[in-house]
Amino acid sequence: MAADVAGARRTPWVLLSPSLATISLLLIIPMMFIVVYSFWLRTATGADQVGFYLDNWIEVLGDRFYRDILFQTFAIAFYTTVICALVGYIPAYFVANTPMKSKTFLLLMLMLPFWISYIIRTMSWINILGTSGALNTLMISLGIIDEPIQMLYNQTTVILGLVHYLLPFMILNVYVSLDGIDKNLTEAAKSLGCTGWQAFREVTLPLSFPGLAAGSLLCFVLAAGTYITPIVLGGPRDAMFANLVFEAIVTQLNWPLGSALSLVLLALLGALVVIYTRYLGVDQIAKSFK
Amino acid sequence: MMSGWSLIRITTILVYLFLFAPVAVVILLAFNANQFGSFPIEGFSTRWFEALWNNDAIIRAFKTSLLLGALTSSISTTFGTLAALAMVRYDFPGKRSISTLLVAPILIPEVVLAVALLLFLQFLSMPKSFGLLLMGHVVFTLPFVVLVVQARLVSIRRDVEEAAMSLGATPIQTFFEITLPLMMPAVMAGMLFSFTISFDDITGTLFWKPGGVETVPTQIFAMLRNSISPEINALGAVMVIFTIALPLIATAIARIASARKIRAQKAAA
Repeated sequence: MAADVAGARRTPWVLLSPSLATISLLLIIPMMFIVVYSFWLRTATGADQVGFYLDNWIEVLGDRFYRDILFQTFAIAFYTTVICALVGYIPAYFVANTPMKSKTFLLLMLMLPFWISYIIRTMSWINILGTSGALNTLMISLGIIDEPIQMLYNQTTVILGLVHYLLPFMILNVYVSLDGIDKNLTEAAKSLGCTGWQAFREVTLPLSFPGLAAGSLLCFVLAAGTYITPIVLGGPRDAMFANLVFEAIVTQLNWPLGSALSLVLLALLGALVVIYTRYLGVDQIAKSFK
Repeated sequence: MMSGWSLIRITTILVYLFLFAPVAVVILLAFNANQFGSFPIEGFSTRWFEALWNNDAIIRAFKTSLLLGALTSSISTTFGTLAALAMVRYDFPGKRSISTLLVAPILIPEVVLAVALLLFLQFLSMPKSFGLLLMGHVVFTLPFVVLVVQARLVSIRRDVEEAAMSLGATPIQTFFEITLPLMMPAVMAGMLFSFTISFDDITGTLFWKPGGVETVPTQIFAMLRNSISPEINALGAVMVIFTIALPLIATAIARIASARKIRAQKAAA
């Protein structure tokens, strides 16, 4: 019997061991490694000098260039998140309050963008906004313009691409929390004399806040960590922080510097995640998988 | 009040349009006969699909993506399902921290994860390889499997298992005869999810892939950087159809299988 109890106690750990081993070996240890690595030095010969050098950190934290791009990255992520929240709340509200029959369809349509590749969705904007894209062709044929105008490759198109990519994450998260609200609450508020708008503002909106927060966190973190969208839809001056990481690691092969850069990104975005989980827990994000 | 609701409805339609119109344009242009593969529309043609079919680089990328996706989803679904079982069925000390650890790969920006894994393996003198790509995809898709399977596992009742055990089945027997069949839809969902994520991934893949190896997304990316080749839209259309058809087919198969099972059970009763 005692052996049985000990066995039962061991079972969850046996079940968890492959996943925990994978995450430890391929994530936790590598993360610790790049912390150490960021203090090494890449020499002119291309070999790493092992030691404790602050050079990479001084460069990353002291150089205006990196600070400007970091600021720009956060600005882009911030605009993207705000637009997603404003634009995404309305369809989420509609789907949550629509009769069951169309709800299933609308939810399916909402899941669809998740299945469509990110790179396809990003590049699809070239077909819309490019010089021989849909919008230019339309405006020329309508006689509004004579020459195609260059609408692509600026910060606005980067934000547009990111909104297009991240909006479903926001809608889904807001929908999940709106759907969980007891409809009787708004009815009660109305029967107590609230107008529809007041009931929304005082009851529904605060109760949907966890979903809005989860969606915003996802949008912000995913937007701030991207480097594909700026390459595809941005101009040469629209590089984001992750582009610097990619350049340092893949192009310049300056791995210690790349380590320091990625740790800066991790520290800033990680701080957001920690603050978020402290107040709301990871469970809210997990809810959208149901 | 009614006008408020109509406004919400119209906005919703516009948002859905915003989400799908660009993708619809990709599919439209894929069938366009225009020699630059852009507007104006000059008639229906499948020439870009033919060009795609004859493009060795693209076919190779497709095969790589398929293999990578299949291996990734097999491994991460196996690992993730076991972990989800532990999380749903057992109570143990430190469960909260374990739960955070299991989703850690999606809490960390993918770029950082990509850099850490790449540099660590380079440090261990393992060059960029298909194996590295696979490891990266497994660790990145694992949390999604855990979350998806966990969410569906909660709703499976335990009394059937307990009945089997009380009738003398060993735990192993119970797992394979009762638990696993009941879990199958959850496992399939996890598998599909991890396959699609792996198939679509570009952020990590660009860091991990060895020179000369391309997956479909990195191939598209490379084509975009060189010049906007008209084949891209055809490739995009294939990708869209592929990634949409796959879950639909899987759902249909699951539905047919479960309908057959119910019929068999009824017949047996």
